[in-house]
Amino acid sequence: MSALQLSRVSKVYGRGASEVHALIDVDLSVDPGELVAVMGPSGSGKSTLLTIAGSLEEPSGGEVTVGDVPLSRLSRNERAALRRRVIGYVFQDFNLLAGLTAAENVSLPLELDGTSGKAARAAALEALDQLGLPDQADRFPDELSGGERQRVAIARAVVGQRRLLLADEPSGALDSVNGESVMRLVRASCQGGVAGVVVTHDAQLAAWADRVVFLRDGRIVDQTAEQDGPESLLEAGPAR
Amino acid sequence: MSVRHALLALLSEGPKYGLQLRHEFEERTGEVWPLNVGQVYTTLQRLERDGLVESDNDAEASAQKAFRLTGTGAAELNNWLRTPPDLSSPPRDELVIKVLVATRVPGVDVHDVIQTHRRHVVQLMQEWTRIKRDAPAQDVNLALVVDAELYRLDSVVRWLDAAQSRLRRSAVDGEVPVPSDGPARTTRTSPAASASTAPTGARR
Repeated sequence: MSALQLSRVSKVYGRGASEVHALIDVDLSVDPGELVAVMGPSGSGKSTLLTIAGSLEEPSGGEVTVGDVPLSRLSRNERAALRRRVIGYVFQDFNLLAGLTAAENVSLPLELDGTSGKAARAAALEALDQLGLPDQADRFPDELSGGERQRVAIARAVVGQRRLLLADEPSGALDSVNGESVMRLVRASCQGGVAGVVVTHDAQLAAWADRVVFLRDGRIVDQTAEQDGPESLLEAGPAR
Repeated sequence: MSVRHALLALLSEGPKYGLQLRHEFEERTGEVWPLNVGQVYTTLQRLERDGLVESDNDAEASAQKAFRLTGTGAAELNNWLRTPPDLSSPPRDELVIKVLVATRVPGVDVHDVIQTHRRHVVQLMQEWTRIKRDAPAQDVNLALVVDAELYRLDSVVRWLDAAQSRLRRSAVDGEVPVPSDGPARTTRTSPAASASTAPTGARR
């Protein structure tokens, strides 16, 4: 069973002459443990695809299924609960709350969902530890480097029993080596069984995915094939 | 990649045997450039002929023959490290030519051609990234070599993106007769594509 399934998903903004088709008949299925990158230029519908997949926005047509739950059948409250428990988001600008420490930022979604403060903090510390931030738990966002803030954002997205990780240009303004470590962390989460979707215009980030899907003008127009494995590259060697 | 100068660099650390040079070359280039032993000995013979290296004896090249750098060789190495590679002449890039030709061939959608190449390059980037991902963290040499390939390929993807948006803008402005201002249509090997018809694309 797919962790995420989009079936003929469309999104239209506006009406009449100002109507804009942001997504047109998008089919996308992501398995548990799989990391998919959605690559496209700005305006191609990437961010809309991500917000609809994460139930932050409703499609105009088609169906989104997370695990075995079709989102259209959920009430508003049930969707909010699903977002807290199952879906984690990583935003381009981190979106950490400045007045909360790293650990509090990470434990917040669990506490909002009714987990006790103590249990939520324990889970947050474990997530921060896994992301290499064991000593930064009690620091505030402005006391952290850009790379550390992004790690906190990933910890917040994977804390608890999340099964779907959605990331919008997750390396943000980080330099390429830090951007690479973000993708290593996203991959590590996927290897733990989480399904990941990363939207990006950056081919170097997209290349970390198992599969790259190309979005143009709201449509999926192409995707990369199964990989042969890196051995073929090494045997051939670069042409020089 | 200059095997000749790479061997001079290895010999700058001290005298070495042929097999040792081959092993160290592969190790330091992240084992991405395999080198056969014949290539090593042929290069060493030429370097010796040119007075850039010298060996212990006049015997046939063998595993037991040590080579060392001469003063001339050290100067040549130093000079080479500081000589910029030739980046100035316009490259006759096959990809650029294909895209230029595709804009003129009747019945060919240049956007399809661009997407086909984009997919191919991104797949290559996935393979290189996998090599980097699976390598031990301390293997900096391999990471440097892979990064160089990734940046090169990334620049190709960026050029394809820029080419596509330039062609579309030109088509809208009516300057260049490009087949369509719609989205790239489905290619044959695109199982994800849900609709290969209806080229009237979204405006967003």
